[in-house]
Amino acid sequence: MKKFLSGLLLFLIVIVWLVVWTALPWFLILALTVLLALWLGLTRGGRRTLSVTRVGLSTLGARLGSTAVIVVGIAGVVGVLVALLAMGEGLSATLKQTGSDQTAIVLRGGAGGEANSVLTRDQIDVIAQAPGVAKGANGQPIASAEIAVITNIPKKSDPGSDANVSLRGVGEAAWTVWPNVHIVEGRKFQPGLRELVVGRAAQQQFVGLGLGQQLKLSGQEWTIVGVFESGDAHASELWGDEKSVASAYRRGSSAQSVTVQLTSPAAFDAFKAALTSDPRLRVDVDTTRAFYGKQSEGFTKVIRVVGITIGVIMAIGAIFGALNTMYAAVATRAREIATLRAIGFRGLPVVVSVLLETMLLALLGGALGAAIVWLVFNGYTASTLGGNFSQVVFEFRVTPKLIWTGIKWALAIGFVGGLFPAMRAARLPVTTALREL
Amino acid sequence: MKYLHLVIAALTRRKARTAFTLVSIIAAFLLFGLLNAVRVAFSGGSDTLAGNERLVVASRFSIMTGLPQSLQARIAAIPGVKAVGHQNWFGGVYQDPKNFVLSFAVDENYLDTNPDIVLTPEQRKAFAETRDGALVGKALAERYGWKVGQKVPLISQIFPRKDGDMTWPFTIVGIYDVTPDAPNGADQMFFLHWKYFDEGNQYGQHEVGWYVVQLSDPADADRVAQAIDALSANSDHETKTQTANAFNASFAKQLGNIGLIVTAIVGAVFFTLILLTGNTMAQAVRERIPELAVLKTIGFSNRSVLGLVLAEAVLMLLVGGILGMLLATAVVPALGKGSGGMIQLPQLGIRDWIEGLVLMILIGVVVGVLPALRGMRLRIVDALAGR
Repeated sequence: MKKFLSGLLLFLIVIVWLVVWTALPWFLILALTVLLALWLGLTRGGRRTLSVTRVGLSTLGARLGSTAVIVVGIAGVVGVLVALLAMGEGLSATLKQTGSDQTAIVLRGGAGGEANSVLTRDQIDVIAQAPGVAKGANGQPIASAEIAVITNIPKKSDPGSDANVSLRGVGEAAWTVWPNVHIVEGRKFQPGLRELVVGRAAQQQFVGLGLGQQLKLSGQEWTIVGVFESGDAHASELWGDEKSVASAYRRGSSAQSVTVQLTSPAAFDAFKAALTSDPRLRVDVDTTRAFYGKQSEGFTKVIRVVGITIGVIMAIGAIFGALNTMYAAVATRAREIATLRAIGFRGLPVVVSVLLETMLLALLGGALGAAIVWLVFNGYTASTLGGNFSQVVFEFRVTPKLIWTGIKWALAIGFVGGLFPAMRAARLPVTTALREL
Repeated sequence: MKYLHLVIAALTRRKARTAFTLVSIIAAFLLFGLLNAVRVAFSGGSDTLAGNERLVVASRFSIMTGLPQSLQARIAAIPGVKAVGHQNWFGGVYQDPKNFVLSFAVDENYLDTNPDIVLTPEQRKAFAETRDGALVGKALAERYGWKVGQKVPLISQIFPRKDGDMTWPFTIVGIYDVTPDAPNGADQMFFLHWKYFDEGNQYGQHEVGWYVVQLSDPADADRVAQAIDALSANSDHETKTQTANAFNASFAKQLGNIGLIVTAIVGAVFFTLILLTGNTMAQAVRERIPELAVLKTIGFSNRSVLGLVLAEAVLMLLVGGILGMLLATAVVPALGKGSGGMIQLPQLGIRDWIEGLVLMILIGVVVGVLPALRGMRLRIVDALAGR
């Protein structure tokens, strides 16, 4: 009964510790590490622990197979977790970079996204004249009325089936309101002509988007005259003149969204208030940063939930693998540990040394997993359906923060996997252990 | 079989170790089951027989582009076409954007082109006679407690009504059942009248989203598809006709290569598992070398020792694997409920189980073979002497 209760208590402590651990910021963990190092180096108990650990580590070579279980098992967990999170991070970064606080996007009220929005020419003019909109050199407001239609173009990786690619018809002001976009090859399209410029990412991902190539859209031939780079969601798009796109897709004089340059980020509130109180309009107004940020939220959340679920299940497997290995390690060293205790070592150095050993192996595994993912996936290009029901091309981003998350997971797994065997090593009655084997 | 008790005795020799290994195996096969369900969900059940008997006719230009309604009669006139119906995406949610409802505006012919739906003649009649009538799937009705005759407002996330309101009232006229081999999610749909939708829609353009064609003979699919596309060639509404299977698959592909991601994760999991159980087996055999030698001394042949160790590994994998997959079976419906119907994972099918069992036996053999060979080859004298 007493044994059961103490086991339960240990279990609860572990759970609480894990919760605290995941929430700990890096500087506290650093402080803990420094404290541990000081204790190891300066106190008597610490130096004893260190020597016991050294003995343990020196036997690692003899049990390479079971050591590999811990390292590879944890590398697997951390690798899968970091890879999935890097995917979410990459897409979210691509979308978030698209927007800024100094431009605002106006859509029909309740539209939710560009695909469902329609604005008439009268409304567009009212929006462009609203207070807070910056004026260009010619005295005209900087406002780009845009149409985003979806076209079918196959992916290079799968030429057999079509993917939804966004074709954006933009006004002259678009080059100002989307400052990330700049032509890197060829030239801009000419208004009124059926000419296109294509994003670099789109060109790399989809079939037939080379400079000078003809593309059949909505039954008409379009010429690709330029390639642009933006490093954000626009790089997955094709851009053409708004009027040409509107006529090809029979949109008349309407557009789907208006993006305006604000005189300053602070002007947004006045701009929004003016539009929402205007009886001629029923529109939704957002800064472009908020608009694209919202689009990334859903996907990032799904990826996080999926990644963490898979990670937790894999971690459970890895913990039990580590338990097995460390119990075996403690069992083979039972006599040695008992001898240490017989000549006066306390339990603590033994416990800490087993824990240290496991966590060092876990750290190695975590670093290995993160390194492999970084080598293989950092910058890996993929595409998925974005908010506008069209393809968004993005790169996996293995950020230092994600690697840190992975290392934290690895250490947590190592801690749990090592704690119970360590307790057992310290508790085994000396006489029993000495008699064993 | 007569040695089963020996195998079990070997497994229970160190109960803690066997239990730990079992938990790892359970975790691995739980993931295998869940991820397989995800993969099947995203491939959209794209290998169904019914999916080959149906064609989907959509705009060649993009999925957002509609098709004229006049095309229906011309498609129906093509030989080999049994029935033509059409669908529009409605994009409805019930009360809250979280409660997504898979809703389509359809014409009455559509019901003839969907073999998954089971309707009584009375239900069809009621649907035909009610302007704002709606047919809802059994699972969907259960989820929200809808009854026949109930008024249900759906909010369209795309289409406002003439007065700008996004809320559309409907009257439920029938709750339909589905055939046993219907694809996952077929009993979650909400069908409304295209006429009601088109007339009430602020941006009504008398366009349909896509046509669904039921073929008299699936072997005719290519010829009929070409004939349909020829109807609108070089017009401003060119079509692209493909089988329902191909249409569904192309949607799933757009999300990304889910199959590849799943395979990669499962590969990583099983690689780790092989290493882990392999190590356990090696330990188990190493410890028991004197015992194995005793077995050989009393007359067990080399081959039966090999078989004993292999059986031990395979049995461990089978027990853990089956438990893991059963756990996945229990978790899958819970996930569906927890996500408010957004995620619809199919239950593990026969194919998943066969794949799983094959993997269990395979991994069992892989991890068992080296220790088993060691057990088989050991020389009795050395082993008993502890050399």
